[in-house]
Amino acid sequence: MKSWIFSTESDGAASSAALEAMTKVRSFGGEVAAVHVGEGSESALAMLGAHGAGRVLLVPGGTPAGVIAAAMAAAVESEQPDMIFFGMGNVDRDVAGRLSARLGKPVLANAVDVTVDGDSIHVVNEILGGTTRVVTAFADGAPALVITRPKAFAAEPGGDTSPEVTAVELPDVGHAGDVELLSQHTEASAGPDLEAADIVVSGGRGLGDATKFEMMNELAGLLGGAVGATRAVVDAGWVPYSYQVGQTGKTVKPNVYIACGISGAMQHLVGMKDSTTIIAVNKDPEAPIFGIADLGIVGDVHNVVPALIAALKNRG
Amino acid sequence: MKIVVCVKQIPDPASPYELDPNTHFVVRPNDQVLDDTDRYGVEVALQLADEIGDDASVTLLSMSPGGSQQGIRQALAMGADGAILVEDPALRGADALTTARVLAAAAQRAGADLLIAGTESTDGYTGVVPQQVAELMEAPSLTFARKVEYVDGKIRIERQTEAGYDVVAGSLPAVLSVTSGLVEPRYPTFKGIMQAKSKPVEILTAADLGVAPTVNQTIVAVESVPARQAGDVIEDDGEGHLRILEKLEEVKVV
Repeated sequence: MKSWIFSTESDGAASSAALEAMTKVRSFGGEVAAVHVGEGSESALAMLGAHGAGRVLLVPGGTPAGVIAAAMAAAVESEQPDMIFFGMGNVDRDVAGRLSARLGKPVLANAVDVTVDGDSIHVVNEILGGTTRVVTAFADGAPALVITRPKAFAAEPGGDTSPEVTAVELPDVGHAGDVELLSQHTEASAGPDLEAADIVVSGGRGLGDATKFEMMNELAGLLGGAVGATRAVVDAGWVPYSYQVGQTGKTVKPNVYIACGISGAMQHLVGMKDSTTIIAVNKDPEAPIFGIADLGIVGDVHNVVPALIAALKNRG
Repeated sequence: MKIVVCVKQIPDPASPYELDPNTHFVVRPNDQVLDDTDRYGVEVALQLADEIGDDASVTLLSMSPGGSQQGIRQALAMGADGAILVEDPALRGADALTTARVLAAAAQRAGADLLIAGTESTDGYTGVVPQQVAELMEAPSLTFARKVEYVDGKIRIERQTEAGYDVVAGSLPAVLSVTSGLVEPRYPTFKGIMQAKSKPVEILTAADLGVAPTVNQTIVAVESVPARQAGDVIEDDGEGHLRILEKLEEVKVV
């Protein structure tokens, strides 16, 4: 089995989705290579090596997706990988989609598991808010293109640490590559890293307006947790996209997830349903979030949360 | 500028989805609704067309195995000039790649300068169709836009990133995918709803577009996942916060 893993670099690190997928494909045996987009810093390359990449195909950061896809298609032709794994990041999805169309091969998205039995590769998805698992096979030959959900696999080191690095040749794709990166901007979010936090306090529409979101920061601060939000709240512009938990945002699996004023749309549930303990406060007793909560309080977040904050402060 | 907007009719998300036990496809009732996230693409298209003036038109593009056109009429009522509906029973259960082939062929046939789509549908959420279409059209892909402008003959966007956003520009023809929340979609007016009834809807088959639907992936099993056990749900009697505190103590986080 020959597997390729797509990775993008940020702050000197390889993408966590890549390290997770690499850990998974090590169990299939065979050759593992990373297609890494970014500067190729020593630390990022070391991470890829430590997770099993024997080789790294390096693509400069900011390369248009059309160019990356064309370069990868050429390399697929000469090297014939069996599988190519992508994460859910925007660059991942751009390249996966374009490569799929270029090769005429399907890409199976939202994978929570992948199994290999002889020549057949099966991808497992969870649909309908995680209540149903669907197993899909590729009808056509290699390479199997897969987009995995974050945290579908745990990342564990276990490989050689100095991969061989090759710069990928970038073809001219004409008009399809006519995308220019003009500037990059960072919108920092305060507090601990949402994806790694042990406690997550998340707010939804039920908070009423953006000013009430401050309660989430205060509660998270007292508990030493991170702050998350629903897509509705991000769409409304209360907090930046980096706060979003759900299908199109981050996937979190903290020890404790406290959902405040969140009804529990499927979109949101898929991003947090695997938290160890879920506590929900919502005024609608029919809210779907109560179906998965370990403790549900049917009540007004504007009463319950301030009372909780006061009680936590009293404990000192 | 010919702007084409992809819109999808989906089963009403308010009612639970079902899978056909034989085909494993999502059961699609005759009356489907407009995917709410597509309203953002339609709004962006209408705003760009207003800005550009008389030389711009907005055409909707949708693919469907059949059924009513209720969802398309909803989008037409917002103000689009017309629609192309690729309606073919052979497209029932079409996967993302087949869908992209149909959309790309229809967009090219229509002479699209700009093809706009949401980032993913609410029912399928594969999230790669706009990029597949761009590759098939040999066009740049400007994706995950949270702001869109037309500057010096190019489309310039703020592209959402993990850390914040990038400003990216691409030349036409191009494919643009937009996130929800970047504009406030207009509500159809009564006049809009009445006009939508007589707007042209061109109906095409996959064969008209020269696309032969292929089976690229097959579902081999469907299993239900053991449901997570719901715990205690209690009415707040003024002491709900104390129950939360007890729970936090129980799991040793305070």
